[in-house]
This record gives sequence, structure tokens and C-alpha cells, in this order.
Amino acid sequence: MIEIKDLHKSYKMGSNSLHVLKGINFKVEAGELVAIMGSSGSGKSTLLNILGMLDELDEGTYTLDGVPIKNLSETKAAQYRNKFLGFIFQSFNLINYKSAAENVALPLYYQKVPRKERQEKALQYLDKVGLKPWASHHPSELSGGQKQRVAIARAMAAEPKVLLADEPTGALDSKTSYEVMDLIQKINDEGNTILVVTHEEDIAHMCKRIVHLKDGVIVEDKKVEQVRADQYV
Amino acid sequence: MKFIFDRNTWQEIFGSIGKNKTRTVITVIGVLWGIFIYIALSGAAKGMDNGFEKVFESVSMNSMFVWGQSTSMPYEGFKTGRPMQLKLGDVDKLQNRIPEINNIAPRITLGNFGTDPVFTVRGQKSGSYPVNGDYPVYTKIATKEIFDGGRFINDEDIKKTRKVCVIGERNVQELFDKDEDPIGQFIRIGDVYFQVVGVHKLSYGVSFDSDAAIFIPFTTFRKLYNTGDKVDYFCIAAYDDVDVVQVEKDVKTLLRNIHRVNPEDERAFGSFNLGQMFSRISGFAKGMTFLSLIVGIATILAGVIGIGNILLISVKERTKELGVRRALGATPREVRSQIILESVFLTMVAGIMGIILGAGVLALINSLSKDLEDFPYTNPTVPIPYVLGALFIMVVLGTLIGLIPAQRAVSIKPIDALREE
Repeated sequence: MIEIKDLHKSYKMGSNSLHVLKGINFKVEAGELVAIMGSSGSGKSTLLNILGMLDELDEGTYTLDGVPIKNLSETKAAQYRNKFLGFIFQSFNLINYKSAAENVALPLYYQKVPRKERQEKALQYLDKVGLKPWASHHPSELSGGQKQRVAIARAMAAEPKVLLADEPTGALDSKTSYEVMDLIQKINDEGNTILVVTHEEDIAHMCKRIVHLKDGVIVEDKKVEQVRADQYV
Repeated sequence: MKFIFDRNTWQEIFGSIGKNKTRTVITVIGVLWGIFIYIALSGAAKGMDNGFEKVFESVSMNSMFVWGQSTSMPYEGFKTGRPMQLKLGDVDKLQNRIPEINNIAPRITLGNFGTDPVFTVRGQKSGSYPVNGDYPVYTKIATKEIFDGGRFINDEDIKKTRKVCVIGERNVQELFDKDEDPIGQFIRIGDVYFQVVGVHKLSYGVSFDSDAAIFIPFTTFRKLYNTGDKVDYFCIAAYDDVDVVQVEKDVKTLLRNIHRVNPEDERAFGSFNLGQMFSRISGFAKGMTFLSLIVGIATILAGVIGIGNILLISVKERTKELGVRRALGATPREVRSQIILESVFLTMVAGIMGIILGAGVLALINSLSKDLEDFPYTNPTVPIPYVLGALFIMVVLGTLIGLIPAQRAVSIKPIDALREE
């Protein structure tokens, strides 16, 4: 599903150049649930941004579902993001003047899905994350866990090939974190490919594979026995 | 184009401008005020223009008057201070030699220019009124509206030196009983009885005659008062496309020639040029229209810049939201179109509201000034093309000004927009 070869990325900071990713080789098959771990500054967010086509790579190749991702125009990148990727952010990033259902329907709007179908789909995905009764509520009326579940529904609504989650539990207490992870695991069980960036060990162990980043290189890449989150819920 | 008519697009736009209602309203007021000023000012200027036009509608705008004074230079053996007297014979000479002249009306009067008005009697009632000896051609220069059933002096009256007269509304009030029809009745002007053939309406614009002026045939006047060929003054109307100032000069030059006056003598004949006065006043009204156009457009511009400013702030505030939209698949084009449409939409709403408000104020002014007859103000309107033009300018300006925040919104990379503070 995802294939990265010899990926390099550096940032220019004034006259200095900060080499963040120093040759990453990385492959994700369809249906995997991968945790990307590392301390801050290890380059894990940069990697996720490149995977999410929010940032461009300097060197190397990136292939997503057989499509080479390189030198995309902003418009093309937007279309690919819409088609291939679903984002889950640490701070949820819901649009606060839109109701939960409208938030979920937003990626469908950019896919030019007709209005009626959009609303049906939004409700369907809200139902999936257990928030159908909250469909008309605005984000300010929802708890943190609920917000993240709306965000997950939004990421799923466009039916992307890969879900990218950047510290999805970073802003949540541990009980809610497990609820969110439980949801992510269930989505994965249905065959969806998910990448989770985290620095929390217990969250990482709820995935099926852990990739450790340190100073811009992968230091460890291992399959783990998945800890089911529902036992903590 | 499909994008503009898409209901979803508008839902997004309403969503984002409805988010900060106070600010949206204040922004809208900026442009609303601009277009309001524009409409109200240019309508008012137009009203004034119409008003002046109405004032002058009863007289030929290309007209002038000339009368005799006395010479100020010796010439051909005549000494200074010789009084000048216009003659009936001058009319043909002027008409023949100056082709720009359309009509000449020689007039002679009593009760104007220092002479005493004539004592007029009907039954037990009496009054003193100015009396004019006129030719029918006079009405071609100064329109005289005659009440139904009456007429002005005609050629037959002149030929037969009939003792008929046309009187004013005030004469009727003062000499006749209420509900009495003056037409066909006789009044005594001086020592002679005249039959009333018409009553003229007072015109509220520029008028040479009061509402108590009595008109009698020129020939009757000269027979009655033994004035011979004397004429007090000429009313001269030039053709419409002619420069009256030049005609005025030509007339005076010719009169000096006829009456053997030094060609340099400017004071032998006096004149007054209505065309010049009119063009000065209408120039003033045009200036007002132009000024209101400039002020209006400048105010609209200020308002639109205000919208651009607010949208720029709003884009900055919405950086994160726009980043989310981009991450969810909004293309730069979609983001840009949305911001521009917001700008155009706000401008249009403000514009239309301003036009309605401006039109309301103009209607109010109109209804208030309707009864003021001596106030030169009529039917304040703004021509539809001007309104459409203003709307068009606003759409263009709204788009242009929207481009700035739109470009800003697009230039923010989604990754920067999403990065935590």
C-alpha cells in the first residue's frame, strides 16, 4: 500500500540546514495497523506529513497504492489527499461553526458528492463511531473523546486507502484514549490500513507493528502482539 | 460558473460569514454607507438639475434681451449722452442680417422700468397693473400658458388693432368676482375698454411677467399711447445650436451701426443673456453631479477596502480551518473561489441594501420637496445605468479586493496551518 525508498528531508533554518529524515525505507501492506514511535525531534511527524502529502520529500521515492507521489501541484495533492488519505489530528481540527454531521460530510463535499448522499453517509459514519444522536451538535458541545470520534468519522467518510493519525490520543485522558484506540482497532479489523504516530508505549502496543524512529532513521521495526483496547474500556 | 450556482458553495459561504455576525454586519455597513452616499448624492444632484431645468422650461434657453440706453462716446457729430431708442424697423434688419436669430419679439410696456402702471377698472373694482404691447411671436420665446377657453393675442388682433387683452390670474382675482368667467368681459385699461380674450397662468420658473401683467396687441398700444415706432426692448431667441453670446455681440454691433453709434461704444445698448446664465447654472448642476459621482465612488472604494481588510483578518483567524479544508481535499482553486465569493457576496448584499436605502431617502426628499414651488428641486432620480454601473464596479472591486485575502489563504501551506501553536 505504502512504499518509501531512501527518503531524505531537510529543513532550511536561515543559513543552517536541519536534516530531519536521513534515508527512510519503509513499507506498509494493506490492512496493517502501524505505530510510528519516537521522541520529539525524531522526525516522526515529518514522516507523517510527507506520507500525508502535506509536505514534500527532498530525495527518494514514495509510492501510494501504486501511484508515485512526487512533484505534485497543490491541486493534484489536494485531490490525492481527498481520494487516498484520511487525517486524524491530535487537536481534532473540527470546524467549530459546523455541526458534527457537517464536519463529517466535508471531505465528501470536496469529492463533489451530492448533498443528500453526503448527509446520509455522514450519519452512517457518525453511527459507526456511536455519535449518531450528536449529529446536529457543534464541536463546542462535545467532549474531547467525542470530538476525536467525529474526527475519525470524518477521516473515514471519504473511504480513503490509508488513515493517518497524528497523536490521536495526545489530548485525551487514558480512559478516553483507550476508547479511541478501541475504535481505531475496530476500523482496522475491517481491513483498513492505519498509521498512528504516538510517543506513548501503551498506545503503540495496541497496534500490530511498531516502527521506532530516532534522529531521522528507523532504528527498530517489529511486529507486536496486539493489545486489545476494549479490555480497558 | 456551475460553482457559483451550486447550493453547497453558498452553504459554505453563509457558514463562514455567519460565524462572526457582528463583524459581518459592521463590514457590510461600510460598503452600504458608500453606495448609500453615492445614490443619495447623485440623486440629489439630479434632482437639482431637474429643478433648474423646470425653472427654465417656460423660456427659450437660448434667448437674450436688448434695450436702448444712451451713448457714452461722441460719433459722427453726435455728442455723448444721446438717448437710444429702439425702432420697430430694427426688427427686420436684425432678422435679415443675423441668420442665427429664430424669433424677435419687440415689446413696449407701461408699469415696468420706471413708468407708472395703468389704472384699470371693472365695475366697482380697480387696480393698477403693468401693460405690455406685444406681438404673438412673444409666446415663442416665453411660453404663456393660457387657461382653457382663452387665447393669446393673434395676428388678426395686430392687423385690426383690436382692443383685446390677456390678463393675469391676479387681475382676475382682483377685478372679478369668484366663479365669474372673465373671458368675453370688458375691463377699462386707462381710458379705453378692452375685451378679455385670455387669462395667462403664472409660471413658477423664470418669467418676465408677473401674474398681474396685462397684454394687449402692440399696434393697439402704440395707437393708444401714440408711441409711433418706439420699442422698449427686444426679446430675441436664437436657434438651439447657436452660441447666444456671439448673437448678443452681433445684435449690438448691428444696432450701433443702424443707430449711428460709435462701434466701440459698449454702453449705448444694454443687454441680458439668458442662455449664458442658464449654462452657468446648469454647469453648476453638472459639477454637482460629477462631484457626487467622485465622492460616491471614493466612499464605495473605502467600504470595499474595508471588506478586503476584514476578510484578510478573517483569513488569518481561519488559517487552521483552511488548513483542515486543504487536508481534507480542498483544492487551492476552491479555497480561493470561496474567499472571493465571500467578498463579492458581502459587497453585493451591502450594495443592494445601500441602493434600497438611498432610493428610500430620495423618495422621502421628493415627497417633502414636492410642494415647494420656489425650490428648484424636482424628481431626484439616479438613472438605472448608473445604479447597474455602481453594482458592476462593486462586483469588480469586491473580486479584486477579495483576491488579496484569497491569495493569502492559498499561500498558507496546509502543514503550516495545522501545526500546533
